Amino acid sequence: MTMLRVEGLHAMHGLLPAVRGVSFDIAAGDTLALVGANGAGKTTLLRTLAGAHPATGGRIVFDGTDITGWPAHRRVREGLALVPEGRRLFPGMTVEDNLRLGATAGRAGTWTIDRVREAFPQLVRIWKAKAGHLSGGEQQATAIGRALMANPRVLLLDEISLGLSPKAVDGVYVSLQSLRDARTTTILVEQDLNRSLSFSDRVACMLEGRIVAEGRSAAMSRDEVMAHYFGVERAAAARDRA
Amino acid sequence: MNPMQTSVHRWTRLSMTSVGIVLAAQAVLVAAPWLLDANAVDRLTTLFIYGILALMWNCLAGYGGLVSVGQQAFFGLGAYAAVRLAHAGLSVYPALLVAALLVAAVAVPIGLFMLRLRAGEFAIGMWVVAELAHLLVNLDQLVQGETGTSLIELNAYPADSRRALTYWAALAAMVGLAWLVFALLRGRLGSAVQAIRDNEDAAASVGVQVTAAKRTIFILSAFGCAAAGALWVATTISFQPKTYFSVQWTAYMIFMVLVGGIGTFEGPIIGAVLFFLVETFFGASGVWYMIGLGATALAFALLLPRGIWGTVERRFGIRLLPVGYFLTSRK
Amino acid sequence: MSAIANLALQGTLLGGYYALLASGLSFLFGVMRIINLAHGSLAVVAGYALWFLAERLGIGPFVGILVVMPLMGLLGWILHRIIFERSMRAGDLVPILSTFGLATVADNVMFQKFGADTRSLAPYIDTFAYDSWQLPGDLYIGQLSVLVFGLAVVVLGGLHLLLARTSLGRQIRAAAEDPEAALLTGIDTRRIYGIATAIAVMTVALAGMALGMRATFDPYGGSQQLVFAFEAVVIGGAGSLWGTLVGGVVLGIAQSIGAQLNPQGFLIAGHAVFLVVLVARLYASDRLAGILRALRARTG
Repeated sequence: MTMLRVEGLHAMHGLLPAVRGVSFDIAAGDTLALVGANGAGKTTLLRTLAGAHPATGGRIVFDGTDITGWPAHRRVREGLALVPEGRRLFPGMTVEDNLRLGATAGRAGTWTIDRVREAFPQLVRIWKAKAGHLSGGEQQATAIGRALMANPRVLLLDEISLGLSPKAVDGVYVSLQSLRDARTTTILVEQDLNRSLSFSDRVACMLEGRIVAEGRSAAMSRDEVMAHYFGVERAAAARDRA
Repeated sequence: MNPMQTSVHRWTRLSMTSVGIVLAAQAVLVAAPWLLDANAVDRLTTLFIYGILALMWNCLAGYGGLVSVGQQAFFGLGAYAAVRLAHAGLSVYPALLVAALLVAAVAVPIGLFMLRLRAGEFAIGMWVVAELAHLLVNLDQLVQGETGTSLIELNAYPADSRRALTYWAALAAMVGLAWLVFALLRGRLGSAVQAIRDNEDAAASVGVQVTAAKRTIFILSAFGCAAAGALWVATTISFQPKTYFSVQWTAYMIFMVLVGGIGTFEGPIIGAVLFFLVETFFGASGVWYMIGLGATALAFALLLPRGIWGTVERRFGIRLLPVGYFLTSRK
Repeated sequence: MSAIANLALQGTLLGGYYALLASGLSFLFGVMRIINLAHGSLAVVAGYALWFLAERLGIGPFVGILVVMPLMGLLGWILHRIIFERSMRAGDLVPILSTFGLATVADNVMFQKFGADTRSLAPYIDTFAYDSWQLPGDLYIGQLSVLVFGLAVVVLGGLHLLLARTSLGRQIRAAAEDPEAALLTGIDTRRIYGIATAIAVMTVALAGMALGMRATFDPYGGSQQLVFAFEAVVIGGAGSLWGTLVGGVVLGIAQSIGAQLNPQGFLIAGHAVFLVVLVARLYASDRLAGILRALRARTG
């Protein structure tokens, strides 16, 4: 069953086209990794899916409903949540408050504040701490927890390893494993290529705003993806698609 | 790859024509006291004073990015200083200029700390300065509180000469200030202002003296408003603090600049003319006139924030007076 | 001695009024970074509404407020939808210009409707405007003043509790800190800002009632009230609710002292204290920044 279908999506980043006619599907329960160099349009794509960025063309169909023109908070209520690049926590508010805010959308589901506490035990110690004072790993856990509190049907994760120590990144991905086990539909933007491939079911390579390659993660080799990263395979891929 | 040759020029045929027309118009205006009747000369004087106010408020808000709800402070102080100087024995017309210069000097320390405030605080802070100025002026024995006083020294001149002299003073002030602003915009200050408007931090990081630019604009605006106040007391002769320090003057300035086009050179002039026309036809309607002014300013702020000229300029890319640059490329 | 105590007491109670008046301005600024130049005019609008109910329909102000407050809340919601929301998106200058235009319109519409006469709500509350308790030491405190001070504390406390303890308050704080992140978390910022504006204008209604009872008002009195509210907020420190109470009290005491010196001294002292605090704060923050820099250099 297709959870999310994107058709010919266009979006600008200031005056530049950042997303140019992107189309893909995600089936329920799958994890899709988006890879590509900086500036390829991955973050703009996620933000446009979440509603933080206006789409200048194309459609976003979420479980059969066209949500292209919906404001961001309505999408959250429908079950589409983004963990933004850079976390974007509320720095003056406590971890607990940040998490509780995630439930604003009022969606029913398995994720409660207690379950989040279990999934991210490192948060217990800093429960009443101000979010602005946390370390990178703690902030990331809080940000993911906040998104989970909305009981999303599709979760978008943007660069969750950015600015974190390798150990902290490990910790975050261990916590995320429970999401994979629960078959939460996820789109993941991740700089670390190995982690992207190992954590996902499918992978899509973006270059200059377009998807230039797509396939099952298990079937794509690292070298193949690297080639798409730099556009070497662009001509061949275009021929293949045509 | 061949590098393209670009040339930079400041004048277009349109702007040369416009400046030519302006110069001709100014020459004609000088002759007005001999060509027009007394009432027309008075009305034109009023128009020039409105023009000065619009120009000065636009300087502060449009170029400096500083919205002040208290420029009436300088308007009132300019009038007060003029009256005081005249009473002290200085000849009336020079007193107007000296008054404006004195107020500009007072504006220097005021600017020093007011400019450190953020937008909203600065706006109302200046209003508090105006209120305080009003109260302090009321304390002067000469002024006798709200009773006020008059520029009786003007009676030394026969009515016709007085009218003509005041007219020329107002014309000279407006033209002088307009050319001064024009020259500043074409120079370093203009580039600084543009850079600050686009991105203040970036401007500071490339060496634009942001604070100095703002201070210059603040003092210039104070000088202009003070000159306007001095000229106003020369036309109406009576000085009642309540009238001069009223926030109504700011309402007028905001109307003129918002409707004309904030941040443009031509905008405030257009706004002043429009305001003048509106006042001529509707001024007697009392309260509805003020309601209309307020509602129009509100509508423009929300719907057409660039004002009439700003929108026209954006849309058609024309600029009548050469304050910017044009780049043309030659292969 | 008793003269000084009386001065301090009256000044403090006056400060209660200023705190009540300023609470809405402070709240709105804290949440939406908008300084509402129509704030004072809205208080006068509430005053006229209550006067109208009392004079024409015989409904006393204490009952009338139960009608006027929700109506003003609705007005606040509408103002946000048609003016504030647009202004916020348009940049820094626009909120100042649009609220100024709004104040001009409001003042003159009231003049058109009610004329230039000053009005008061005092005639409609029996002798409450003058009743006072006597304290030891030959001091008198007005019952109305105490009520107003109490209202200020209740309002400020209520706002504080709202923000700190409730879900709505959490959403308001989030929308204030980072509107985009709030949207992404599922918060309808538009609705939240509308509610915050409604709350702010409801407190203004209370202030209008207080103004009408303890003094008089006229159509153009809004400017004066705005300046007082603004001064109270700045003296106490913008962004702090309880600071607004402190600011109001300082302003009230300064004005009371000034009134003793000169008929104009009332207002002059208030403005002077405002400017002094402003300068001192700028100077102090400079010194503080300098000290911090020196410390950092020392510790390397």
